[in-house]
Amino acid sequence: MDQFTTHTGIGVPLRRSNVDTDQIIPAVYLKRVTRTGFEDGLFAAWRKDETFILNNPSYAAGSVLVAGPDFGTGSSREHAVWALMNYGFRVVISSRFADIFRGNSGKQGLLTAQVAQDDVELIWKYLENEPGAPVTVDLVSRTVTAGDIVAPFEVDDYTRWRLLEGLDDISLTLRHEQDVTDFESRRPSYKPTTLGA
Amino acid sequence: MSGTLAEKVWDAHVVRRSEGEPDLLYIDLHLLHEVTSPQAFDGLRLAGRKVRRPDLTLATEDHNVPTTPGPITDLVSRTQVETLRRNCEEFGVRLFPMGDAEQGIVHVVGPQRGLTQPGMTIVCGDSHTSTHGAFGALAFGIGTSEVEHVLATQTLPLKPFKTMAINVEGELRPGVTAKDVVLAVIAKIGTGGGQGYVLEYRGSAIRSLSMEARMTVCNMSIEAGARAGMIAPDETTFDYLKDREHAPTGAAWDAAVEDWKQLRTDDDAVFDAVVDLDADALTPFVTWGTNPGQGAPLSEAVPDPERMGDENEKAAARRALEYMGLEPGTRLRDIRVDTVFVGSCTNGRIEDLRAAASVVKGQKVADGVRMLVVPGSARVRLQAEEEGLDQVFTEAGAEWRLPGCSMCLGMNPDQLAPGERSASTSNRNFEGRQGKGGRTHLVSPLVAAATALRGTLSSPADLVDAGVGAGADATEGSK
Repeated sequence: MDQFTTHTGIGVPLRRSNVDTDQIIPAVYLKRVTRTGFEDGLFAAWRKDETFILNNPSYAAGSVLVAGPDFGTGSSREHAVWALMNYGFRVVISSRFADIFRGNSGKQGLLTAQVAQDDVELIWKYLENEPGAPVTVDLVSRTVTAGDIVAPFEVDDYTRWRLLEGLDDISLTLRHEQDVTDFESRRPSYKPTTLGA
Repeated sequence: MSGTLAEKVWDAHVVRRSEGEPDLLYIDLHLLHEVTSPQAFDGLRLAGRKVRRPDLTLATEDHNVPTTPGPITDLVSRTQVETLRRNCEEFGVRLFPMGDAEQGIVHVVGPQRGLTQPGMTIVCGDSHTSTHGAFGALAFGIGTSEVEHVLATQTLPLKPFKTMAINVEGELRPGVTAKDVVLAVIAKIGTGGGQGYVLEYRGSAIRSLSMEARMTVCNMSIEAGARAGMIAPDETTFDYLKDREHAPTGAAWDAAVEDWKQLRTDDDAVFDAVVDLDADALTPFVTWGTNPGQGAPLSEAVPDPERMGDENEKAAARRALEYMGLEPGTRLRDIRVDTVFVGSCTNGRIEDLRAAASVVKGQKVADGVRMLVVPGSARVRLQAEEEGLDQVFTEAGAEWRLPGCSMCLGMNPDQLAPGERSASTSNRNFEGRQGKGGRTHLVSPLVAAATALRGTLSSPADLVDAGVGAGADATEGSK
């Protein structure tokens, strides 16, 4: 995973709440067996509407998505994160993220910056008045800067540390392999296995 | 120290705890399917890693599979299924492929084999893994990176969830089912209300539910934003499990039951949040919008967005009604559907099929309505056929299909056409979920079946009022 310290890119105001992962990438696009090439499916249904924000040339090269509350609800598909990143997004800003989506993002290096809804509204207005304006997201100071707006954001300490260091979860866990083996020796013997029967 | 059910199961699986880090949690059972696993296996291969515990891992083909006989004709779907087969063979993972007597939707297969047991931690790259919480297991959906992590280490680093009690006291009226309960819960707390929580469903109405009905309730916990839902195990749980293939036997069974009986929230334990629901007041519930929280009792009308207080809620409702092609004030009972879907990990088990069959028995599906009945697993299909339910459905004019996820998410050919409207026993009414431009109303199997007969959203009681069919009988045994 790449390190993430700070990112500056075009902000995209997406004035929608409850953006579920079926909207981020519909199921028909989930059939690939790779982690790449999912940008075609990103917001596939909405992109057919010419008034959709990403169809506006000023925002098309956006990398910071600013969305309404409850972003990433529904299906656990990590394809939603791949689709956003394949398209070019590095940060999603929302006042509330669905748990699984936030977890998936953290594993892939997509920053989910939780910003108070009042600040989201200010950033929306700014980006709508200044199409194509940049937004800077600083993970070190945990701030989002858009024009004169400087808003703090929340991200849990552990994810922040991993993103700043660019660390891979599996390697971190394998440092404690002996603990896993010890735990296994203590498991009740009646616990089922998938074999036999 | 006293604790909640969720905390007890969590604590019993902590491999390692260290200040400032997530807990490292041991995973007892890892379920796989073809959609969310290929990239995880690829990751293992790239890093030269093995599956640590193939004996705690099980795979099935469900999302892509066609529900009509024959091979997968969509090449991309077929590649995905073939990739799962290759991966399972290479890494030594047991697989129930299409056509196998044990194949089915991953969340139907685990419980029916007795693999899902109280006090376990269960994960799968599928958000409806919450289903297994019905047994008092801590079960939750994970992303593909986490799938790879569990394959490699049989653990997951996780921050503890908060706990929320959902108390459903009282007695459900005839014709009111587990699906109505959970749709009412989601409408009450919202699609984000459960974020960060494990929900524990409690109260007399929950206790009186069968295991299959409990699975329906826990299944949709994710639609309230909660990663997991749980119900404390009791005699109903033990009766269901006894003598299933993977259940312990003899002295091991006794030891297991002894442990399982401890799996309940202590009387003095404190939940982070509490929600109360009056079971006696519940009636059949349906959704009118494009997220599972946008629901209302069937007896009501499509709500008016302009009368909603919250600006975001108002905007979401406006947009939902536009997508759904509905006007505020339209009675929900007057909404006409094209398709009725009975199936999915929410409502594709034998009791669900029995409930739907009891309504359509001897009746005909309304003109212009297509009814699809898709059993949750090959075993459910066989059982239904032994009971003659397939005959009941086909004689009524419904289509009797092969098991799989099917129209719940339309990854296979079972889809709605643009503008088509369904009454569906599945779990998500998102825009385009059942096919591009498709419009979904989430309902119980009883409502689905009654809707198929009348052609508009209906409960079995409406059939009695209209003098149609077996409505009166159908409300019996509907839980």
